[in-house]
Amino acid sequence: MKDFRQARWSEPTVFEIGAPDRRGHVLPALEKGLRSRSAVQDCIPESLRRREAPRLPELSEVEVVRHFMRLSQLNFGVDDGFYPLGSCTMKYNPKMNDAIAHSDKVHWIHPYQPEETMQGTLEIMYKLASWLSEITGTSRVSLQPAAGAQGELAGTLMIRAYHGLNGESSRRDEMIIPDSAHGTNPASASMAGFKVIFVPTGEDGCIEIEALKEAVSSRTAGLMLTNPNTLGIFEERIIEVAKIVHEEGGLLYYDGANLNAILGKARPGDMGFDIVHLNLHKTFSTPHGGGGPGAGPIGVKDPLEDFLPVPLVEFDGRSYFLNYEVPHTIGKVRAFYGSFEVLVRAFAYILTMGAEGLEKAAEIAVLNANYLEHELLKIRGFDIPYGKGRPKKHEFVLSCSRLESETGISARNVAKRLLDYGVHAPTIYFPPTVKEALMIEPTETEPLDELERFVKILNSVSDEAYADPRTVLEAPHNTSVGPVDEVKASHPKSLRLSWRMHKKRLQKL
Amino acid sequence: MASRYIPNDTEEVRKRLMRATGIETVRDLFSDIPSEIRLRNPLDIPGPLSELEVRRETEKILGKNQTVKELTSFLGAGIWPHHVPAAVDAVSSRGEFLTSYTPYQPEISQGILQALFEYQSMICELLEMDVANCSMYDWASSLGEAARMAARITQRNQFLVPHYISPERMTVLRAYAEAAGIEVIEIDQTLKDGQLDLEDLKEKTSKNTAGVYIENPSYLGFLIDSPDAVSEIVHDADGLFIVGVDPTSLGILRPPGDYGADIVIGEGQPLGNYMNAGGPLLGIFACRDEASIMRQMPGRIVGMTTTQDGKDRAFCMVLQTREQHIRRHRATSNICTNEALCALRAGVYMALLGPGGFEELGETILSKTYHAIRKLSEIEGIRAPFFEACHFEEFTVNFDQTSKSVQEVNRELLECGILGGRSLDHEFPELGQTSLYCVTELHTSEEIGKLQNSIKKILED
Repeated sequence: MKDFRQARWSEPTVFEIGAPDRRGHVLPALEKGLRSRSAVQDCIPESLRRREAPRLPELSEVEVVRHFMRLSQLNFGVDDGFYPLGSCTMKYNPKMNDAIAHSDKVHWIHPYQPEETMQGTLEIMYKLASWLSEITGTSRVSLQPAAGAQGELAGTLMIRAYHGLNGESSRRDEMIIPDSAHGTNPASASMAGFKVIFVPTGEDGCIEIEALKEAVSSRTAGLMLTNPNTLGIFEERIIEVAKIVHEEGGLLYYDGANLNAILGKARPGDMGFDIVHLNLHKTFSTPHGGGGPGAGPIGVKDPLEDFLPVPLVEFDGRSYFLNYEVPHTIGKVRAFYGSFEVLVRAFAYILTMGAEGLEKAAEIAVLNANYLEHELLKIRGFDIPYGKGRPKKHEFVLSCSRLESETGISARNVAKRLLDYGVHAPTIYFPPTVKEALMIEPTETEPLDELERFVKILNSVSDEAYADPRTVLEAPHNTSVGPVDEVKASHPKSLRLSWRMHKKRLQKL
Repeated sequence: MASRYIPNDTEEVRKRLMRATGIETVRDLFSDIPSEIRLRNPLDIPGPLSELEVRRETEKILGKNQTVKELTSFLGAGIWPHHVPAAVDAVSSRGEFLTSYTPYQPEISQGILQALFEYQSMICELLEMDVANCSMYDWASSLGEAARMAARITQRNQFLVPHYISPERMTVLRAYAEAAGIEVIEIDQTLKDGQLDLEDLKEKTSKNTAGVYIENPSYLGFLIDSPDAVSEIVHDADGLFIVGVDPTSLGILRPPGDYGADIVIGEGQPLGNYMNAGGPLLGIFACRDEASIMRQMPGRIVGMTTTQDGKDRAFCMVLQTREQHIRRHRATSNICTNEALCALRAGVYMALLGPGGFEELGETILSKTYHAIRKLSEIEGIRAPFFEACHFEEFTVNFDQTSKSVQEVNRELLECGILGGRSLDHEFPELGQTSLYCVTELHTSEEIGKLQNSIKKILED
């Protein structure tokens, strides 16, 4: 097995390097004819002037660049290695898409430019939206939401507005959500003012139909569902689920985090979903940037088009334009039209893949996941509590609760030990319905060799757990720092949320 | 075509995988999708195309854009053109940053964690606040979240905002606030100088006031000269004082921490991020170091700690019990993915400028703003600015005493290769034929001269 050693720089903070009067960037001198720098004295009343310069670091450009380059070496991305983080679809991010995004024609466009001067931007948005409509089986897509969770907020606000228009907003105040849902689902529903009703997962890993029937009532505003769900299992009875909710007047919301599994195979719109959000930074390969920016477009079926956020991009046969006349719009969830620098990457990705390529991505992502599940199940201490023996989709959830009870090695310990091999850990302790959960999503972009290597690594972690648990308990060893004290990090006494806070607390001591 | 991203898509490997998994065809893996919803026809989308073709096609479409580098633009109004130092792009292009996920595993993600902690720390220095999160989506959603946070802390449901704020922010605020049962109330501003009507504010402030929000500089570029008085009024009523800022002003303008702000928000895009036709943006969100406030903060926060053996300094995400993945429907917000890379870029930008750079930036923008104001004021019939107050970076230009409407002026300016200021006639009809002009360090006096001459000519015709 290839050995891994992450860089160890012991890099000081940016506040601890540099020296007085150093500068990393200098502005042009003011031109002749412009008033000298006494402008502040002349134009700003004393009561509004800054009295003390901000205590920012003072560094030359070379120091800044070295500092951040070193920090980059203390980080790990898909470009560095396998990243089987379940539900996050960490597929490879094609470099060409970055190259396209790094263009003046993308960077230097102001959203309030006259439409005739930004036809390129609008055309890409229009086409991307229509392709996403086709891919999801919806009739209209808005590209505005900044991320999946914001798509959820827009969607739940639309559900609220829809029932409101029918005079039912106060009556329909419950949102039904499976207990295995992403945390954002209940959080979004609650932000939109709904009471959350959780329904349990059955032994087959799918939503319990009887429990759903019981939960649904004339108070139901909607159901939020991920399909395939967070266990990587396709909700086979989705048509029945949709019928149950629709018959009571509720709407169906599709969390698109797991869409990668069914691209070109099935569409949420055809399953009965009324509103769909997508995560372009998952399914459509835009880089996740260490936490963002992402993009969370939402698609809807016909009756809900009138509630979409404004503006929508339209085409009149000759040119593209922004339409603010959406009769029952929820307004906006963020400023302007969407994160275009992200959108243009997804545009290029879809164009590269085509229908055939997207379907192939789904097939190989699913094949890779099933292969990996099959191989990992052979390893001592690991099991699949839900849906054993049935095909998974893009991901599967292993439990190491047997390993834990026999050796004391938890999912967390396994995850940390994986880091030692230059593999990012899976998502752990999620979904909450699985004990000692390791949620694994290999995606379609990993070569077989990498999957085989992962199997070997997990095998050796299991062996270590039974033979020499200390190595695993004390992991990670090969990362830039050893186990981080996260408890101390959040403890009121040792909480340090900024350098300033750190210095103030030191003074107090 | 697609296979260059899908290494296992070869006959041989596929067969090996299927054999190992014990299936005959890949179709078997999708057999649990009910046949009535299985897609029968291929998706109706273009492609597949090679890298060369995609680039050619995309560049052809983008070529229809005229950039603000090709034109001379005076548009601002919530997103601003600023120079982006080359080092910012160099750092944010690093694959280790660019292609990583949210740092759930701190030991292998110290790089982005430390960079985000430094972003938080430098933002705090600019704002004179003690705590900042590591990003929201944008200024507008930060405002929505700030209103909700104030309502949670105070258990009150009225949120006061100035009349003259960006309609983008106002619309987003309403969407966020109304779902939480928060009433958004406008505070009057005088038509003469844009200043807040403090009597009106006092009248509207009560035991129902969760928070009072002001912006400095305001949406229309003028400064609110009474932040201390506002602070006193809202604090007397036990509400929270929330301030919105453009961080490029803070090298010269008094920071909100200095006049009693409890929560500070703003747009971080000007700090090393391009306009990109409207996004991604960077929502700034900061608050005071007080447990009852901090614990209601939305979004991810990075903290400084040590390794478990106490030997090394280390960073990780903290106070996660506020967040959706732990607290679910009781979370302070649903935000998960944020704008980390934009925050990283802002961090590099702040480190490059330092205190001297921010002072220089503020002075330059201010000086050019006043230069443009003077130049435009020389034109007969033009009133610039509309409001008699100090301005930074943006100012209103009124055309009521000329023969043309803003729309006509802007159309003719475009023929001269100039993007005139944003027309405000729909947003604030009481201002008449007024537009909002933006001048940053990018604008040369030659360009400002060209603007002056063009408007002069247009009005003479």
